[in-house]
Amino acid sequence: MVSTSRPVDLAIEANGLVKLFGTNRAVDGVDLAVKTGTVYGVLGPNGAGKTTTISMLATLLRPDAGEARIFGFDVRTEAQIVRQLIGVTGQYASVDENLSATENLVLFSKLLGLRGSAPKRKAAELLEEFGLTEAAKRPLKNFSGGMRRRLDLAASLIAQPPLIFLDEPTTGLDPRTRSQMWNTIRRLVAEGSTVLLTTQMLDEADQLADRVAVIDKGRVVAEGTTGELKQSVGVAALQLRLSSTTDIPAARVLIRNTLGVDSVVSPEAARLTAPMQDADRITDLLVALRRDGIAVQEISVQQPTLDEVFLTLTGHGAETGEADADTTPELETAR
Amino acid sequence: MSTVTPALLTNTGALRNTVGLRQIVDNTLTMAWRGLLKIKRTPEQLVDVTIQPILFTLMFAYIFGGAISGNVQDYLPLMIPGILVQTVITTSMVTGVQLREDMDKGVFDRFKSLPIARISPLAGALLTDTLRYAIAITLTFATGWVVGYHPAGGLGSVILAGLLVMFCAWSLSWIWAFFGVIARSASSVQGLSMIILFPLTFLSNAFVPADSLPSWLRTFSNINPVSHLVTAVRDLANNGQIGMEAVWAVAGGLVVVAIFAPLTVRAYMRKA
Repeated sequence: MVSTSRPVDLAIEANGLVKLFGTNRAVDGVDLAVKTGTVYGVLGPNGAGKTTTISMLATLLRPDAGEARIFGFDVRTEAQIVRQLIGVTGQYASVDENLSATENLVLFSKLLGLRGSAPKRKAAELLEEFGLTEAAKRPLKNFSGGMRRRLDLAASLIAQPPLIFLDEPTTGLDPRTRSQMWNTIRRLVAEGSTVLLTTQMLDEADQLADRVAVIDKGRVVAEGTTGELKQSVGVAALQLRLSSTTDIPAARVLIRNTLGVDSVVSPEAARLTAPMQDADRITDLLVALRRDGIAVQEISVQQPTLDEVFLTLTGHGAETGEADADTTPELETAR
Repeated sequence: MSTVTPALLTNTGALRNTVGLRQIVDNTLTMAWRGLLKIKRTPEQLVDVTIQPILFTLMFAYIFGGAISGNVQDYLPLMIPGILVQTVITTSMVTGVQLREDMDKGVFDRFKSLPIARISPLAGALLTDTLRYAIAITLTFATGWVVGYHPAGGLGSVILAGLLVMFCAWSLSWIWAFFGVIARSASSVQGLSMIILFPLTFLSNAFVPADSLPSWLRTFSNINPVSHLVTAVRDLANNGQIGMEAVWAVAGGLVVVAIFAPLTVRAYMRKA
């Protein structure tokens, strides 16, 4: 079927990508290899160079050094071909605020060469698919963040591009809309598309991505499956809160005996934290606690966080201001 | 992992890295259609080509008519072509302001990522603006007609005069488009354009006979391209004549386009 000899097993191939803004090396030698038909996550805090990297891969910015190929086509010299193979959904919805949802999709369909009644049909079809039919004629100014994001994604899918870039697709979305977005992304991949998405959340990468690259200060600091990544960071931690602080020494002994590790104490809250290497042995610990009459008020498991990933990989945490943006994403999307 | 291959990947050899003339025209028309939709959504942006021509025509006629020509009726053949040129030339400035606003919007990022002719958002905007000029021209002549201006040149000459003004405004809009591309904000485009346009339109023979001006001003007025355009419109509308002035106006417009179109396109392509 393939009429050219171009290798299409790699959807994205980037070597030593560099982008300078003045003296700031926003992207400082990024290498990426993304297999066709997979979801690839690019993980990092704000300002790590995620958006700049996507912009270069999507031909929006010219790299200052290095090279990148999309399905074997050079982003610099074959940009017009690359644009026929990609869909881009930016961090900020790139749709026309003055037009309605239908008009937006019709506009992009026409620009992509659909003729006659095809643009209208395509628009209606996509609006239906993304649950926007009822809002089709409303001005975009009244759209919620989630609706805007869905419309934006719909606009990226008009040409059914084999490669889709999603720049922080769920930042600022509520949990329900977020899981809808995740389902949409999973469906796209099931239909054969390749997806590159950026995120600040390890959990999101975990849910969606086959492989992940962690970016910090314009460089890839780690690459692998999410499982590999988490292992490199450390294990989940078990947190126990006891009813009485006086039980703490006894509980620590039990933890040592059953889990074989030392626990950390935060006395003011009667809290014990222990690394959890083998989840199965937690049962033994709980049984032992009951046997010795140590009352537990709260049990929780703490997954490694992006902060910890960063601490481990880079020796510094995701910076304070940037960590704030992580918890209040709506501030960040308000442009 | 999936075994389905998206349609485009099965035949990458059919993809082309170039944009043909047909696609440029096609994309430009679509962008112009977008411009029309925007006007439909925000009709208030047409104030400068609807209310303003009517208001200014009436104001100037009744305020200056008696003082300059003795009465309003005698002033109209002098003033209507002047106000026509002034209004339409001034409205051409909107091209630059809107282009800047547009380029700052998120939708421009999408345009950049689409396999379309890069020039089409700019070309489409310039095309939509000709509609604005047509509205302003029609309304100015119509208001003139209502207050008693019946051009002796006849309808054909009036239409020709309208087209001449439209062409000159379109030529000038390339200058503002250039400012729009290189400026940092829409308001700076507006400010810059005003500084150029105000003296150019008022220090001319648009509202007064040139021989009423002090000699130094008359010299400027005589070389001012706006004066040539105004005289050309007067010749056409009032006498049905196409004189040297019309030739100068067209030539001037072509020179502006020859200089600013490449400049604008180059600056634009670098940013787009």
